[in-house]
Formats: sequence, C-alpha cells, structure tokens
Amino acid sequence: MTLIVNLSRREFLAGATLTGVALTLGCHVESNGVRAADSTAPVLAPNAFVTIRPDGRILVTVNKTEMGQGVRTSLPMLVAEELDADWSQVTVETASFDPSRYGFQGTGGSGSLRGAWEPLRRTGATARAMLVEAAARRWNVPADACRTEAGFVLHPSDATKKLSYGELVADAANLPVPDPKAVKLKDPKDFKLIGRRVPRYDNPDIVTGKAVYGMDVRLPGMRFATMVHPPVFGGKVRQVEDTEAKRVPGVEQVFVTDRGVAVVATNTWAAFEGAKKLRITWDDGPHAKLSSADIRAMFIEKSTSPGDVARQDGDFDKAFASAAKQLEAVYEVPYLHHATLEPQNCTARVSAEGCEIWAPTQFPNFVMDEARRITGLDAGRIKIHVTLLGGGFGRRIEADYAADAVEVARRLNGVPVQVTWTREEDMQHGWYRPASLHVVKAGLAENGQPVAVLHRLVAPSIRGQRQPDGGKGVDPGAMAGITTTAYELPNFRAEYVRANTAVPIGFWRAVFDSQNAFVQESWMDELAHAAKADPVEFRLVRLGKAPRLKRVLEVAAKAAGWGQPLPRGRARGVASHFSFGAFCAQVAEVSVEDDLPRVHRIVCAMDVGTVVNPSQVEAQIEGSIAFALSAALYGAITVEQGRVVQSNFNDYPLLRMAEMPRVEVHLIPSSESPSGAGEPALPPVAPAVCNALFALTGKRIRKLPIELDT
Amino acid sequence: MPTTVTINGTKQTCDAPPEMPLLWVLRDVLGLTGTKYGCGAGLCGACTVHLDGVAVRSCTLPLSRVEGKRVTTIEGLSPDGTHPVQQAWKLEDVAQCGYCQPGQMMAAAALLAAKPKPTEEDIASALAGNLCRCGTYQRIRAAVQRAATLQKGEKRS
Repeated sequence: MTLIVNLSRREFLAGATLTGVALTLGCHVESNGVRAADSTAPVLAPNAFVTIRPDGRILVTVNKTEMGQGVRTSLPMLVAEELDADWSQVTVETASFDPSRYGFQGTGGSGSLRGAWEPLRRTGATARAMLVEAAARRWNVPADACRTEAGFVLHPSDATKKLSYGELVADAANLPVPDPKAVKLKDPKDFKLIGRRVPRYDNPDIVTGKAVYGMDVRLPGMRFATMVHPPVFGGKVRQVEDTEAKRVPGVEQVFVTDRGVAVVATNTWAAFEGAKKLRITWDDGPHAKLSSADIRAMFIEKSTSPGDVARQDGDFDKAFASAAKQLEAVYEVPYLHHATLEPQNCTARVSAEGCEIWAPTQFPNFVMDEARRITGLDAGRIKIHVTLLGGGFGRRIEADYAADAVEVARRLNGVPVQVTWTREEDMQHGWYRPASLHVVKAGLAENGQPVAVLHRLVAPSIRGQRQPDGGKGVDPGAMAGITTTAYELPNFRAEYVRANTAVPIGFWRAVFDSQNAFVQESWMDELAHAAKADPVEFRLVRLGKAPRLKRVLEVAAKAAGWGQPLPRGRARGVASHFSFGAFCAQVAEVSVEDDLPRVHRIVCAMDVGTVVNPSQVEAQIEGSIAFALSAALYGAITVEQGRVVQSNFNDYPLLRMAEMPRVEVHLIPSSESPSGAGEPALPPVAPAVCNALFALTGKRIRKLPIELDT
Repeated sequence: MPTTVTINGTKQTCDAPPEMPLLWVLRDVLGLTGTKYGCGAGLCGACTVHLDGVAVRSCTLPLSRVEGKRVTTIEGLSPDGTHPVQQAWKLEDVAQCGYCQPGQMMAAAALLAAKPKPTEEDIASALAGNLCRCGTYQRIRAAVQRAATLQKGEKRS
C-alpha cells in the first residue's frame, strides 16, 4: 500500500528562510514483493520525494544507487510523467541513507524500476492533483475540468489562462493530500516521457569530468590511505615491520586493523608505495593449502550423490532407466570477479560525536551496520552519503571497503580519510561469482526425443556461507532458472548439492542465472542435436506455456535470419532465458579466427514489459552482452595456496572494443509493468555463443571460459 | 623540488616527488578528479590524458617526465563541455557508470586531432587500451564517428 504524506510544513519550518515554501511529497511504500538479487534477500521497497519549488524547479530524490543502470534518469521520469512536469525543470539528487524517509535503499536484483513503477507514478500524480486543486480553487472551476501540460495547469475554458506549478506551490502546500489510491494514473497512450529516449541525467557531468564517484570525494584536510589485506582467505596479521614504509615521503601512519594493515598518507600514491614496502608476517589460518584443483575435486566427489530435490515433475529415475538411449554430461564454470573499473574505496570522518561516510555502495544499510559495529555510535549519529559508482554489478552490495574506511577514520579522530584499494587488492579480495559443477542427464525415446531430464547443480550457497552452519537444503537463489525453467520437459528433476568453500562468494550480475542458463541452454542444444531437430523449433514446441518467451525466441530467430545461409566459416547459435521478470532470446553469429572464437553479431529480442527508456534498456542489453562475453571468453578466478592468483587486467582480461560484436536489439511492445533490465540479457550470451561454436566446429563447450583447442 | 607543468592551459608549480605518477598529482595534489585510477599499470586507460596533444596513461607517467610540457585533462578538453567528443558522447547517450569515459574521450579526442576521418579500424586501434566494464563500446564507436562529423562541421563554419 502507498501512503503519501505532506511534508511541506516540516520543510517550511526547517528551511523557510532559505527556500521559501515548497511542496514536498514523500511516499512511504510497504513491501511490493520485488525480488532482490537472490529471491530470499529482503524485498525491495522504494521510496522517494518530489519537491516543487516556487521557481518551478522540481527536485526528485532517488533512493537507489546510480551505477550506470540509469536510475537517476528513469525513476525521475516516472514522477515527471504523472506530474506532467517540464523535464528540463527536473533536478535529481541521490538520497542519503535514511530508511525512515526513503524506505529500503538497497540496489540490486534488477529491481529499482520494477519496484518504483507504481509508487513513483502515484507520487507524481498526487502532486499533480494538489496543484490542479489549487488552480481550480483560484479560478473557481471544477478540478477535474483542468488539464496540465509541461509544468502548467491550464484553465478549462479560457485558453489565455494558465498557472505555472511554481505559482501554485504556496496554495498546494496547504491542501490535504488526496488518497493516493483514488488518484488516477495516466492511460499509457497518454505517456509523453515514458517510452521516450531520454538521455541520461548525468551525461553533462560525466563528459566534463565533474561526476563525483567514491574516489572523487574531496574534503578539507583529508588524508589518503590504503589497506593490505591477508592474502589467504581467513588469514590474519601476525607482525608488521613498517620502517621502510614510513620512510616513503607522505606516509604518516601505519597500523593494524581487524581486517589488515592500513597505511595513511598525504596522497594515495604515497600510501600505495608505503604498502609495497611493508614486511608483514601473516597467520594464514586453516585455508593456506586451498586450491582450485581441490575445490573441483570436491565438486566432482559431491556430484556423484543425489542432491536435495528442488523440483520434480513425474519420475525421472524410472523414465531414465527405461529410456532407449541415455545421455549424460558435466558442465563447469569458474569463480568470477566483478572488476568494477573503480576499485573499492570509501571516505569517512569519525569523532566521538559522530561519523560521516561517503560511500560508493549499492546497500547503504550494510554500510550503516558496519559503521555502528565499529564506532559504537547510534544510527542517528552516523550520516551516509551515497556517491556515484564506477560500476557495481553486485560487488558493492558488500560493505568491506566501508568497514576499512570507518576503521581507519576512527583512529584519525575527526580527520577525514579516503581509503582506496589497489587494483590488485580489489581483485584478490572480492566476493566472487560462485563456481559450480553441473551434472545433466537425459533419457531419449527411440526417435531421439527426451523422455526424462535431470539437472543437478553442485555449488556453494551465497546465503549459506553467511550462516554459521553453512545452511541446509535447497538454496532457491542458487537454483535460479533451473527450477523455474519455462520448458515443458517430461519427468524433469532439479537437484541442488551444497558445496561451500572458504572462497568468499557474492552476488554478481545475474549471479546463478548466468551459469545455470549456460548449462540449461547448452543442454537443450545437445538434446535438439540428439533429436536431429532444429534448435529453435526444438525449443518452441516446449514453450507452449510460456508465450512471452516463445515470442522473443521467434523474433530473435527471424531478425537474425535463422536458417538462412551464412558466409563460409560462420555459424549461428541460439539461447533464451527468463530472469528478473524479463524474457530474453539471443542469436549469436560466430567464427573462429587464429583458433580463437570471434563473436560478430548478437541479435537480442527482449520483453521487459513497458519500456520506460528505450535508450537505457538497449544500453543494459549491450552492457550485459559485453559483461557475459568477458566471462565466456576470458573470465576465471583461480585459487592457489589459499589465495587468488589473478591480480590485474593482464591476467583477468576484459572484453576490448575490437571484440565487441554488433548488437541488435528488438524490444517487444508491451503494456505490462516493467521487468528488470540490468541482468536478464546476460544469461543467454554464453550458451548462444557456445551453441554457435558447436554448429561451426562440432565441438561442444562444457566448460567456461571457452577453450577451443582442448 | 617543484616541477613546472602547464595543465589545461595554466602553468602550475607542483610540489610533489618527481617519481609520483601524473595521475596522483592531478587527483590528490591538484584536485582534478576527472582523471581516473583503474589499474595503476597502464592496462585499462581510465587515466588517459594528453601530453603535448598525445594520449598517454598518466598512472605510469612520472611527474619528472612532464616537466615543461602541456597536459590536458578531461576538465580542460573544452571550457564549456562543447568539444565535439563531449557533444557526441551526450548525443549518443554513451555513458553507463561513466567512470571510464573521461579516458575513452581523451583517447578519442587525440585520435580525431590526428585523424579527422577515422575508419572503424582506426577507432578500435586508438581505443584498444581503454576498458569499459559496462560495455559501452558500440556507442563509443558511434560517438567517435559522430564527433568526427561534428568536428568537420565546426571547421567549416
């Protein structure tokens, strides 16, 4: 339910002399059932303010973090649409952390727009209703006879009369707030902003270098610091020799924290140089021998026993045992790093009176938890500003970098400090996308059609890792896309085998959908091949109960020229997937050059419901494809001697411009509520590419990253 | 010993160790935070600036090597955000998180200064060292082409 309160009086009392009267509305929204990155995480419940000033300017406060997905454009668009605001009058601010005003401020799971869709439109519509009421009273005409347009209320009969929103603010602020449920929302056919290619609000600041990311926070007298964390998972500092480090010009302090060794300096480079010169003796703890080979062996060992049943249709065992032919395969994917281009960092100032934090974070609530734990201060004395993020992708859900900043700041007694990790520290102290191993089986009839299908996932549990006992039973987040498969498969069973390790794991763009779809859609391709069926047709006949997924598959296939001849040396592959509320299908066109896979073109059809901003949905699709290709072609975090092997972009390469395929996007027109868009275009990429490589070379890729020569 | 450098058209005296990379001089000494730290090893291009008009990686360039030279950063690319590259970046709605874009734009501006009519290969080659984790490459390609067109128009007028 939505409750909108008039905050104008409070605003008036607090800031009358500075801002004059302003009409400020807040919407407090209870749970709307939006799924977070993992279906068991807390629900996302958005909340924001709109403030209209007497000069006509409209300030929209966004309660979600901007990390490139465009929330500082798309969420204000929802308010502005129903308010009939002049978009050029809209200014945007990111909310500081205050759940009592803004509700749940965590950003993830492609949930921001989904959650904001109705409440923010109601906020805009409610404000509009109050402005219209104020105008109607002045003119002594019925309110419902008045129209609004681009920041004005228009007189019902006299075309020469119109009142700007700014002129009406003082009157409107004294009106009671109408029941938001009674406020009428626009008919979608009357949308003026929604559906338009509105450029990103932050573009002017970004192209001039003015945009402020976490690392760009500058405060008078601030210090710059870095951290050296234990190289082995779960390790601790035993002893530090810092004589050489302290000789580096600019280095002021070196001290040990709960999380590692801090070097505080007058600039970041001095801190980095000082850190290099530390001689630290570590207590490596119990994981000093952990290796990727051991982890893989453990996965394989666990994969031989049945797991916990997550879904069961019919009787797999019986149908498999009596099938004319039996197929089995094992698929594997590695740990992956987020590699946000802005390394982890955070700025803080802590004194006995209070704590102020400038955090590039997706989840400021976790930053608050850390700040309270470290400082012992009440939440009321801790202020958290959320900066722009130089990439999030799930990495900045965690708050470890904020813990570093607060811990270092606490020892500097009121002197602000920015803690920046080196790229190497960032890469070796991540919360990695879980590795996994999948056993898939199918029983086939004489005609090659599947009569029984098994998908057993062996993987660590993100949620489980954070519970003292590692958690028990099926982790529904880990089974994303497997239990929820849209295909009608006879005698289908999905199993989960928990395989926790000491490697820290976390949410990553499309997390488990990213790997489960790779396996599921590659396996569907294998089954189509076994049935001597066309891969698109084979899927379509099994999507009778999923018309929206079927539709995107048809659209992508047609647009890509599926079945049409290609130049020699090229082939196509297809994959589709439903995740984060969106339906996505892709056709990849590949070749092999110098024994390496080359992706030339990806045609993507997607149904995201109502498209709020086509430019941003397309951007998210392009971005998801690039992100997925980096993983499919190169991505692997490996572990030796209990530590991450990779350290920088030389050994953890990302896709470069020349490798970016031509991306063609086809968005399905729809009047359904918007789905997520930041993640659902990622899962189909790897299987579409691998299926295309199979069509080209006959080699089935069952392990990522892709290796053609093994 | 102070080092004299011309930064965005203004002669500056930097009191910083000669071995300090230009990136950190810009960011932490001069407060020009538009130039970004990404890798510290010349691998990602986020720190790209112009040194006497040529695109260079400031994270591995010691201050001593820029003595007496002209440095241009994203803040100095134009006085008012109207360099053809800046306009094109806005028109093509390139940025996602935007963190790498100052480096991408400085690389693009250097390319266009040297080659006013770049081919697809020229663009891919000039920007090969600039990583974008958000995957804006397709739009960057379009924006460089559009900037080339805008630049041509400016020269005519």
